[in-house]
Amino acid sequence: MTTVSAPPVLVVVQLSGGNDFMNTVIPITDGIYHDSRPSLGVKEQDALPLNDQLAWNPVAAPLKELYDQGNVAIIQGIGYENHNRSHFRGMDIWHTCEPDKIVTEGWLGKTIRELNPSGDNVVTGISFGKGLPRAMVSPGVPVTSVSDLDSFGVMSTITADQQREEALGVFKRMYTPAVGSGIVADYLSHTGTNALASAQILGSVPGKYRSTVEYASNSIAKSLRDVARVHTAGIGTRVFYTQHGGYDTHATQLAVHPKLLNELTTAIMDFFQDLRDHNASEEVVMLVFSEFGRRIKDNGSGTDHGSGGGAFLIGDRVRGGLYGQYPSLEYAQLANGEDLGYNIDFRSVYSTLLDQWLGVDANPIVNGSYEQLKPFIE
Amino acid sequence: MPTEDLALVSHLLRRAGFGTSQKEVEIYAKKEYEEIVDDLLTPEKFPEYDADFISRYYMGTVTSDSFGQTQAAWIYRMINTPRPLEERMTLFWHHLFATGWNKHEHAMTCVQQIDMFRTICLVDMKTILISLSKDPNMICWLDNCENHKDAPNENYGREIMELFSLGVGNYTEEDIKNAARAFTGWTFTQCIPLYPFGTYLSEFEFRQDDHDFGEKIFLGEVGNFDGYDIVDIIVKQPATAKFISRHLYNFFVADEPQVPAWSIREPRDPEAIAMLSNTFIETEGNIREVLKVLFNSDFFKKSRFMKIKSPVDFVVGTVKIAGTHTFPQQDLINLAGSTALMGQTLMDPPTVESWHTGPEWIDSGTLTDRVNFAVEHIGNLNSDGIQDIIERIKSKGPQIKPEELIDLCLDLLGHMEIDLVTRKSLLEYGNSLGNLSFNNQDSEVESLEKIKHMLQLIVSCREYQFA
Repeated sequence: MTTVSAPPVLVVVQLSGGNDFMNTVIPITDGIYHDSRPSLGVKEQDALPLNDQLAWNPVAAPLKELYDQGNVAIIQGIGYENHNRSHFRGMDIWHTCEPDKIVTEGWLGKTIRELNPSGDNVVTGISFGKGLPRAMVSPGVPVTSVSDLDSFGVMSTITADQQREEALGVFKRMYTPAVGSGIVADYLSHTGTNALASAQILGSVPGKYRSTVEYASNSIAKSLRDVARVHTAGIGTRVFYTQHGGYDTHATQLAVHPKLLNELTTAIMDFFQDLRDHNASEEVVMLVFSEFGRRIKDNGSGTDHGSGGGAFLIGDRVRGGLYGQYPSLEYAQLANGEDLGYNIDFRSVYSTLLDQWLGVDANPIVNGSYEQLKPFIE
Repeated sequence: MPTEDLALVSHLLRRAGFGTSQKEVEIYAKKEYEEIVDDLLTPEKFPEYDADFISRYYMGTVTSDSFGQTQAAWIYRMINTPRPLEERMTLFWHHLFATGWNKHEHAMTCVQQIDMFRTICLVDMKTILISLSKDPNMICWLDNCENHKDAPNENYGREIMELFSLGVGNYTEEDIKNAARAFTGWTFTQCIPLYPFGTYLSEFEFRQDDHDFGEKIFLGEVGNFDGYDIVDIIVKQPATAKFISRHLYNFFVADEPQVPAWSIREPRDPEAIAMLSNTFIETEGNIREVLKVLFNSDFFKKSRFMKIKSPVDFVVGTVKIAGTHTFPQQDLINLAGSTALMGQTLMDPPTVESWHTGPEWIDSGTLTDRVNFAVEHIGNLNSDGIQDIIERIKSKGPQIKPEELIDLCLDLLGHMEIDLVTRKSLLEYGNSLGNLSFNNQDSEVESLEKIKHMLQLIVSCREYQFA
């Protein structure tokens, strides 16, 4: 396990909809790429060189900069067997590590239980944005979900202090978990109790934060700024979850995808700059993933659902470089005869993060033993 | 014969409508239960909602593409329509055929789609799926306008089966490719730009030169199919009957597991699903008939408080009790903002798979938002609905004990049922307040505050999260 001075932290960035990895890290010298992407292909002269075969989409320049600093591991060709092209199932499989059956427990929910077995720190795991992703859910594990960090608090609409205190007291008693009240009622009890506790802790966060980094005003920049605010407040959060939506680019991909990639990579760059300014970057690793890659051939306007894709590990302690092989574009090597394949199972990456970074036994979380990478500097 | 069980009528109106006040429950209850169901299922018996009224106050709903105003106008309609089930079913189809504002050719096509759902909301499944397949907003949303004879785009071909009719596991990747080919050339006319001419809607267009007239193999049948044939074949599959029945059950009766689990996990009440599916098959997918069976069934009547309210249920239901927003007041847009904060942005679902329902609506953030919303709106003593509640409580006076106050409030907030933990906590609080009395002006003012605090605590409890 890698050792850092502060407890290690994982920040997950989910790209919802299926990011087109082939137009993110581009097999720029491969003729098949250019033949397959008559409408959407990035021209060699426009792309930013990565090595003698690969190049970055020019809009991802901020990520290239981090890569050139040696802080980005590119996982080429990530996926799993019998890849599911449905968003729904695809995302579920990534969230639960269960390709064949539907379960309600997520891999990070289980991880949070290991990191904080007593459940006494309700902000060990925090998700930013609307709704809690299944990855963060596990029965009995408190996880905090924040849509707006600046107005987070139960009964904040009651302005009279004394009445609010009284009401919160009754609220606390009404949400006391009771034996035999049923699964859903019990879930509500725990959620209400956690909401009270986390509001108390998070209430002090915005006031503590000062930064010179100016984040852009889009959803992923806002979420990562919130992560930075909470992380630098030092309240013991170990797992952060954020989402960036809109990657389902079946059509007009040229208008949509570059904008998203630029928002994303700029926000990541700003985030790490912010953490470095606060001397709080060493203990943070970021995982960027998407539920699948997109079809190799474009459809004239966009790309349909595919299989294998790519992921990124980013951080000061990450050993930058390329991991795995870029999936071949040769017909015989394709998944479903038309998609990129994979050569690294996503559970290998999860296992690596769990064992080597967070110091948690990976097997029971990913449901098996998977070969690990060596992406961290000792 | 009136319906004596007011709690049952309240239950029906929470599910077939958006919940409502005791006053309105009493009006509905003047008829027999089956008659109330028939009335709800026959919206045309009631006056048409005046959609023009709100546009005088919210100009953005007609002159330009204001998302906030358009959402506000829909919420206003849910609150004030004389045809609650019509609006409820419009929301059902929006939920099932989730289409997002964030990707549209023309904002008014989003409104046009919701209006279309309203007109087909209780007809037969074939008409519904054909209307959907020809809807410009859906065509844009799932890229069927990019589905060409020489370059098929599979998006709509896949989702019409996975999300809208059959469910995962009831078709192959080859069926998807063939369905996509059958829908080639189904596109829409480009509309005239909004400025400076104003709003013109786009229309469905079939482009013969872009349609693949070749032979297709689809779900075991062979022919030179087009979109009509695909829908015909889809609607007669038993899987469609089951899938739609399960959606109706999940929407109107009790929370099911999330949709992707349906191919693996059995329904919580297989007999109920069988009953609905059989009606679907016998009536060739007549939704009105399926719903008639549903609302009159024992499983429906016994399903009180077995569903977590959606954010829209929560917001509209709370406002209906408070009795506000019967006029297009200025803060309507905030109501739409509140449902969004709670995880349901109307006309803009998170993904093509729509919203996750049941307990997945609730996490520590959204629960906080719900409690704060209800406390604010139910705590408004000046609103008509709360005034009515106060009058009803006062009429039981001159002295009202805490226990009595709690029971009165529970009934007036929708015949709620609470467990012992909640009752004990409320009673402790009630005892600390003492009895209500309306003897003189001072004690009346004090009593009103006590009622307000009790109402606020009741809408903060776990049980208020259930419909």
